[in-house]
Amino acid sequence: MNFFTLLNREIRAYFLSPVAWVVMFFFLLLTGFNFYAGVAALNRGPSEVTVVEAFFNTVFFWFGFVLIFPLITMRLFSEEYKMGTIEPLMTAPVRDSQVVLAKYGGALFFYIVLWLPSLLYFAVFTRVTRLEAAGAAGPFLGAYIMLLLIGMFYLAVGCLASALTRNQIVAAIMSFTVITLFFFTGLLNFFLLNVTPALRELTAYFSALEHMSEASRGFFDSRPVVFYLSLTVFVLFLTFHVFQSRRWRN
Amino acid sequence: MIKVEGLTKKYAGITAVNDLNFTVEKGEIVGFLGPNGAGKSTTMRILSCYLSATSGRASVAGFDVASQSREVRSRVGYMPENVALYPEMRVQEYLEYRAALKGVRGRRNRQRVNAVKELCNLRDVEQKLIGALSKGYRQRVGLADALLHDPDLLILDEPTIGLDPNQIRQVRQLIKDLGKRHTILLSTHILSEVEMTCSRVLIIDRGRIAASDTPEALAGRVRTAGGIRAEIRAEAGDLEKALAALPGVRKAEVEEMPDGWHGCVLRTDAEHDPREEVARLAAARGWALRELGREQVNLERVFAEITQSEELR
Repeated sequence: MNFFTLLNREIRAYFLSPVAWVVMFFFLLLTGFNFYAGVAALNRGPSEVTVVEAFFNTVFFWFGFVLIFPLITMRLFSEEYKMGTIEPLMTAPVRDSQVVLAKYGGALFFYIVLWLPSLLYFAVFTRVTRLEAAGAAGPFLGAYIMLLLIGMFYLAVGCLASALTRNQIVAAIMSFTVITLFFFTGLLNFFLLNVTPALRELTAYFSALEHMSEASRGFFDSRPVVFYLSLTVFVLFLTFHVFQSRRWRN
Repeated sequence: MIKVEGLTKKYAGITAVNDLNFTVEKGEIVGFLGPNGAGKSTTMRILSCYLSATSGRASVAGFDVASQSREVRSRVGYMPENVALYPEMRVQEYLEYRAALKGVRGRRNRQRVNAVKELCNLRDVEQKLIGALSKGYRQRVGLADALLHDPDLLILDEPTIGLDPNQIRQVRQLIKDLGKRHTILLSTHILSEVEMTCSRVLIIDRGRIAASDTPEALAGRVRTAGGIRAEIRAEAGDLEKALAALPGVRKAEVEEMPDGWHGCVLRTDAEHDPREEVARLAAARGWALRELGREQVNLERVFAEITQSEELR
């Protein structure tokens, strides 16, 4: 019961703050432009990629993508530490785990809402061109499932960063660094001189770029699913312990 | 209701609370008195399960604050020193949310929210955003929050700080009324507040209990700590000797004032009040006397007095 009371408050906190609307506005602007660029590229001539694949594998998507997580998560714990509202919150009979999960759940909800309008792009595309946006259901579903999986992990990283500090900027920088490292690991292959097959294999395993590109072409691989789910659980577990430790640290 | 045994809390390098022991019985209104940094807030935060103690035990209503913290939290109404609220919420909304968090749901939620709004005079601001409230109102929202789940024990950390004199009077009266149904532990560094509201006073200094007394007994100690103040025009050497010779005077301090008068402070024993003798002395010697009264005592004085006497023992 307490979990839903907390979750409700977290979600409302997002939509009552101007930051959320600003983030949403610019994110839509960026993805809208990205979509336009994808369609424009396809217009130039015959192509092997679908519009969904084009959408999820551009620089515009990448940068917008890694930036939103720090912005969504930085306030979660830091703001409560800073304002002192953590004190009334934690002297109410709530469990630490409920608070962590509610905050994470609120962030995840906002993240999902952020992506909902993008469905409209593809609906419009299909209506106007009478073409399947993704060619088939597989790539479409694959891309969105991967979006959710990667998002779950990165949001957990943001939660952890926010639980570590009372300064929102510091939280944002920490999570941005970690997320960028994870997201662009795949690019390592381009920079290193001697890329052994083993290294290529390893970076591919970590590389969100790779995961996204595979999924948006309709390949289903169970490894990233396990990778993201297990990391999400692990990082949330860390967040829980960091959050609990405040009782001794203060 | 509260039992504290050997409670110690150390922050990096600092011992905030040092081997604290005390008990509070059901129905008492206990005042926690001490200078800033004495360990009042830390102790209250441990009792309300916000912080963990480094060592020692504390229990509320028979539940251990460390191992049965949620049982404790559902029986304690805690109002922190700096009432922190979500500025984007409305008062009504905030109270409903807080009540739900504390397990007060459904019809009872509505009843309790209405009841505390009434008690804390929040009716006229119920639809206002908390961010737009004045300090006094915010303080009252914090108090209302502490009362929502009708707790057995109220822990109020400096409940009147930042209020104007009218509001202070109202809050003190409210605390008195609440004391009829709740056990209350409140902290303050205003002496008169304790005298007005509490049935017992715990004086805490450098993390230890320095004294535990009724407010009346404490007031007595305060008076003797204060001493007598007089302003007299006379020969300095003569004056000091004569004053020190009065019965009951332990020590006479004489200080020359810019206009040629002398400011005198007499330290006396508890049972002596030498004001009459001072007046008579001045009259007999033909000295001019323009002020005679008790020295205004502040809390620091009392602490100095009490902690010093503790050390002597």
